[in-house]
Amino acid sequence: MSSQSMIQLQDVCRHYSMGDTLIPAVDGISLEISTGEFVALLGSSGSGKSSLLNLMAGLDRATSGCVVVQGSNLVELSREALAKHRLKTVGMVFQSFNLIPSMNLLENVELPLRFAEIDRNQREMMAQKALERVGLGKRIRHRPSELSGGEQQRASLARALINQPRILLADEPTGNLDSKTGTEIMGLIREFNQTLGTTIVMVTHERAIAERYAQRMIFLADGKLVGDQVNSGIEK
Amino acid sequence: MKLYDVTELALRNLRESVLRNSLTTVGISVGVASLVAMLSLGIGLQQLAGRRLQKSGLFDTIIVTSRRDLRGFDREQEQNGPAPADSPVLNEEARAKLAQLPNVREAYPDIRFVTELRYDDKPHLTMVAGLPASAKSNDAFDGMQGSFFSNDDAPQAIILKSFAEELLGRTPKQGEAEPGVAELAKPLLGKSFILRYAERTSPNSLSGSGNASDNLAAMASAYSVISKEMTVTIVGVSELNPDTMRGQAGARVYLPLKLAEGMHVMQPSDLRNASSQGAGEATYSTVSVRVNNASKVGDVEAAIKKLGFNTFSITDATKSLRQFFAILDLFLGIFGSLALAVASIGIVNTLVMAILERRREIGIMKAIGASDSDVKGLFFAEAGAMGVFGGVLGVALGWTIGQLINFGTNVYLKRHQFPSEKVWLVPWWLVGGAIAFSIIVSLLSGLYPASRAARLDPVQALRYE
Ligand SMILES: Nc1ncnc2c1ncn2[C@@H]1O[C@H](COP(=O)(O)OP(=O)(O)OP(=O)(O)O)[C@@H](O)[C@H]1O
Ligand SMILES: [Mg+2]
Repeated sequence: MSSQSMIQLQDVCRHYSMGDTLIPAVDGISLEISTGEFVALLGSSGSGKSSLLNLMAGLDRATSGCVVVQGSNLVELSREALAKHRLKTVGMVFQSFNLIPSMNLLENVELPLRFAEIDRNQREMMAQKALERVGLGKRIRHRPSELSGGEQQRASLARALINQPRILLADEPTGNLDSKTGTEIMGLIREFNQTLGTTIVMVTHERAIAERYAQRMIFLADGKLVGDQVNSGIEK
Repeated sequence: MKLYDVTELALRNLRESVLRNSLTTVGISVGVASLVAMLSLGIGLQQLAGRRLQKSGLFDTIIVTSRRDLRGFDREQEQNGPAPADSPVLNEEARAKLAQLPNVREAYPDIRFVTELRYDDKPHLTMVAGLPASAKSNDAFDGMQGSFFSNDDAPQAIILKSFAEELLGRTPKQGEAEPGVAELAKPLLGKSFILRYAERTSPNSLSGSGNASDNLAAMASAYSVISKEMTVTIVGVSELNPDTMRGQAGARVYLPLKLAEGMHVMQPSDLRNASSQGAGEATYSTVSVRVNNASKVGDVEAAIKKLGFNTFSITDATKSLRQFFAILDLFLGIFGSLALAVASIGIVNTLVMAILERRREIGIMKAIGASDSDVKGLFFAEAGAMGVFGGVLGVALGWTIGQLINFGTNVYLKRHQFPSEKVWLVPWWLVGGAIAFSIIVSLLSGLYPASRAARLDPVQALRYE
């Protein structure tokens, strides 16, 4: 493993058994993602993009193979250690934002800090700063339902990055947004990638977005890796 | 997660679905209230019965008689103890000695005599007895009309209701409603009657000054009897007889004990003593010894027997009473807990519902780094918080119900002219115990939902739209 390598997958499988049939959502994938890389995962619906991302996030366990993130093999970790991995090493954003509706933005962004047992008085300040950074400094007392989709996704980005993870895993972050708002969000993600050096793995099925922002494009079909190319036409 | 954060999040979750959680909490509080209600009723009844027994004097009184008076009705005892002739005399000196025994509250002579009294110029024959000042707390006087003696030798009398009827000539015929005590007392309180009795005096006190030989002669002739009269004011009319131990044969007119003693009324035992020994000193036929605690009756009785006296007491019934109440409390507790058990199912139900409803939320929390124990702690804290609120509310509810029952019972008792009673008692240990029990039951109920929430697969939970 080189010092540059952030994520290493080796012959990773994730099979779902539905009665007698076996569904190979992820079927023997090996790849390596370097520190600070911006990678797009592409493929048609049902090709296993989300499944693969969840394995890297430690939300799910591989049926076989190795998932090594920052030197530790997630397959061997305890449930407790996996939770710690999700808390500290990775941040996640989703297509459907997944903010907690009963909490305002500040509380939502603060939540990972509670799990990390950060002091109360520090927490509010940190969450406030994170929200300011994504341009929501004036909306911190609003609940998610009072915000537009783009604003919710900004808040969820702030939450994903509050514990300063080395990796951001994004599952179709612009899937529910119009192209203008989507562009804003992508701009933010790129900014984090460039200023903080956060490694980005982003699932998308929009090739245009991948070509515009990602340094590298990985193609999946039926749970298998079918293409891996460096993006030459990336915009600066 | 820190305990403070767990609590804060749990409380805000409870507030989010406030109706359902309050209903569950009310369910717990009804369970706790029923437990508190049942147990405090048991405790209240137990204390009431204990108080009654204590006040009745039935179980803490020992009647002491001299063996000299024995007419051989108890051969066995006679064989064990000293011969009747050797038994000490039951006089003032002996009474003082009895009062000095450990665990003895008081020892007073039993003074009673049959005599004639005149009221409204009509003669009545009745048993008159002396009553010690301590009898004031006897529950027979709880519902008395008028008042207790103003002091221990005032020329005052308390008469029983039956005697009041006789004085007024209002003995009810069969089938007729009995007149109330208040009605009977009204024309009698503050009125006086004349008591006629036979006083026993030493001859020398009659002659005033006499020399030693005269006194000796007086001793030999024992005493003389003169007829006396005394005016006594009626201060109280009682429905219940304080002389429970003697039942129907009890007196119907009571005088302050000191007054009755000072009258030196001739007693049957005087005659006997005069014929056998010729002692001029007053002796008592019986002395009542009251013990501090009903459980000490046995010890004190043994001590008195050692002094050579004969004793009589009703065996300690409080022990079997305590046993009865322990069983009653157990059953009441089980019935009370039943409601709490039903309430605990309510907690399980509410939390399982909350898990289904908050599936996605749990998934989100796990995705952003919550551990199993964080999620478990959250649901556990919610159950615990419902237990705390339910417990406090339940104790308050139980207490209120108890107050209402006390109030209702006393209205009822008053209407029937009984003294008021506290049938309901909530001791502090029950308050603390009930709240603690409620929390424990709630936490136990939270055990299953909490671990189920912790095991939830976040991928599934998030897929769920
Ligand atoms: N819990 C499950 N049980 C059975 N099959 C599953 C389960 N989760 C996913 N699958 C299957 O695994 C395959 C890959 O699913 P996945 O969600 O990774 O696809 P995707 O590439 O993210 O698709 P989309 O672009 O629609 O999000 C699909 O065929 C899906 O039906
Ligand atoms: Mg997907």
